[in-house]
Amino acid sequence: MTGSPDLLYSDVEDDLRAAVRDVLADHCPPAAVLARCESAQPYDMALYRRLAADLGLAGLTVPEQAGGQGASARELAVVMEELGRAVAPVPFLGVAMATAVLAVADAPQTLKRIAAGELPAAVAVPLTTTPGAAFPAAVRAGADGALTGRVTSVADVSADGVLLVPATGPDGPGLFEVPVGAAGVRVEPVVSLDLTRPVAHVVFDGAAGRAVAGAGTAARALEAGLLAGAGLLASEQLGVAERCLEMTVAYLGERRQFARVVGSFQAVKHRLADLWQEVVSARAAARAAADALAVSSPDAPVAVSVAQAYCSRVAVHAAEECVQLHGGIGMTWEHPAHLYLKRAKADELALGTPGRHRALLAAAVRLPPPAPES
Amino acid sequence: MTTDDGGTGPGSAGWGPDEVRERVREFLAAHDPAVTERTEFLRARFDAGLAWAHFPVGLGGLGAPRSLQAVADAELAAAGAPDNDPQRIGIGLGMAAPTILRYGTPEQKERFLRPLWTGEEVWCQLFSEPGAGSDLASLRTRAVRDGDTWVVDGQKVWTSSAHTARWAILIARTDPDVPKHRGITYFVCDMTAPGVEVRPLRQITGEAEFNEVFLTGVRIPDAHRLGDEGDGWRVAQATLMNERVAIGGNPLPREGGMIARAAAVWRERPELRTLQLHDRLLELWVEAEVARLGAERVRQQLAVGAPGPEGSGLKLAFAGLNQRISGFEVELLGEDGLRYEDWTMVRPEKVDFYGRDAGYRYLRAKGNSIEGGTSEILRNIIAERVLGLPAEPRNDKDVAWKDLPR
Repeated sequence: MTGSPDLLYSDVEDDLRAAVRDVLADHCPPAAVLARCESAQPYDMALYRRLAADLGLAGLTVPEQAGGQGASARELAVVMEELGRAVAPVPFLGVAMATAVLAVADAPQTLKRIAAGELPAAVAVPLTTTPGAAFPAAVRAGADGALTGRVTSVADVSADGVLLVPATGPDGPGLFEVPVGAAGVRVEPVVSLDLTRPVAHVVFDGAAGRAVAGAGTAARALEAGLLAGAGLLASEQLGVAERCLEMTVAYLGERRQFARVVGSFQAVKHRLADLWQEVVSARAAARAAADALAVSSPDAPVAVSVAQAYCSRVAVHAAEECVQLHGGIGMTWEHPAHLYLKRAKADELALGTPGRHRALLAAAVRLPPPAPES
Repeated sequence: MTTDDGGTGPGSAGWGPDEVRERVREFLAAHDPAVTERTEFLRARFDAGLAWAHFPVGLGGLGAPRSLQAVADAELAAAGAPDNDPQRIGIGLGMAAPTILRYGTPEQKERFLRPLWTGEEVWCQLFSEPGAGSDLASLRTRAVRDGDTWVVDGQKVWTSSAHTARWAILIARTDPDVPKHRGITYFVCDMTAPGVEVRPLRQITGEAEFNEVFLTGVRIPDAHRLGDEGDGWRVAQATLMNERVAIGGNPLPREGGMIARAAAVWRERPELRTLQLHDRLLELWVEAEVARLGAERVRQQLAVGAPGPEGSGLKLAFAGLNQRISGFEVELLGEDGLRYEDWTMVRPEKVDFYGRDAGYRYLRAKGNSIEGGTSEILRNIIAERVLGLPAEPRNDKDVAWKDLPR
């Protein structure tokens, strides 16, 4: 199959999935997720450590000599599917992006601690940042590395974690690492649409940053993180969509109205069949993106944008169908459908909307927009 | 979705790409394509087991995994060998052959498979009727036994290749007194027999790809029955499953198929571009690429012998996509979209969904969600067989066919 991405799951990936699913079944049931999202600690850091440290997932893609597992984006994508299925409130996307950034930048000690699951990490950019975007101008770095500025809508900020901050200093763009708890860093919580991946604004007021990438590599490192994040997010969206479909099919197989199982009505079945086909297609797209990232394919930007443009829509559609086809119960706070809807809608915005990814594709596959009217 | 007993069964051991290449080399040494007459070459190729690798030895195959046929095809093509023009004989290759292999007698396999594969004998399919489309099992073409033969009367429709076919696969009602699925028998029908009348059926494209076939007192020997009497519905399932694979399953390169034409127009005609069309083109491009990846994933599943339910959706996906892309292309063309190449009634030997002009592609694509199982029926199949949802209540399952309301 020369030239074609490997779109299947390996036995190792299947085993990994089973292990992650077991942990999430035990420690991340819907009722617990719902209870947590209104607590003072919206991210479940005990669950994070179980996944990140005990299962070794934080360092999955980090080379063994750097303290990780030496696996690839293919395996990490399977983890993302499972986290999506459970709408798990763990800062895993941020960690996955940070490890991709640090694969290019230079911070071996920090990377080792992140990989060991000791140190949660996030890249300090708005969650809506699209791969290929201009280097962020929100934060300035002084000659001594002091950071000043405000970054809005950052996901996966953990109180005991570290931030990788893109900032422009006297020498041009750079990446700086700074602990969230450091002096001069203030986190402003935001009431977020997505209850299970809340965002926060982060204010830097002279915080002492340590440079991990200079002008030569900072932009490349950040882009690696954004591209990996966008590609992996497609697998999370697949997991969200797949779980929404499963929940809906299960419910409609039991719910009776008009003395019939509601799932026997053709009007309902056809919607579910279409949704199933979308989920099947999303799997192919997400696998292609994961495989392209895993082998550092030159096609990775295209594969990632295809997956993002497609899977974002499928996750939203699946969650919307989940609410609608559950009827009244789907509209209640008590039922987990809304957690999936909120995650899916926020994911649609995250790391580039479908429209922004289509715009990236237009350039990449030579389908240019009309010339501006003169 | 392996739909015949091909794939990786017993007997496939020992065959790998290298062994197949070696077999091709030996074959080409004995049969130089440059100096061998085409039919003679194809017959010899069949006899060497290089027709369809997954068929048994002696019937054109090697008893090898299905995927190895691609290796043989590539080697033979590289050597300049003629192929059997598979597009021309698609019904035979894709539907009749797997069914004969699975349900045929040794004599039937011996008689039919070789000329079918070489293209010396074209096949067609006599299934649909004016009154039996999606509800195929309600068909009313009758076959009545008369000693060692059957006498067939009825009308079939949507038969491609009927005017060139030597043989047909036919299903007919042999017992009206049992529920509809149980009273059907599967036959091989001689299209040159007295009482077979073929009339072209012109369609919305102006062409007549298909035919109506009238059967009046057609005599079929019992030796040409395929499967048991009354078991025709089950036999037909094997045929229909292969039809859907054949329609949805062609591997495409990126930007292959219908999207290729729309993308080419976009690149060649900048004056047609608008912002609104641009975003729609990219949406369709993404969907085409994802559908292609979906088909590739199914192909990979089959190649490792792990078919999943995903194949069921391919035709559904491609039908909708082809329709939307071809509709977009006509719109993109603006004034040129008002024209049509030619309405003259012709009977094309081959059909290319992606051929002719945009108007043709738009109109022909309308058939993609009807032929080989409507998209509505495919959605029912996915909902019931893949998702496990209950069937709609029905009133035709336990009633004798003759007593069904009409």
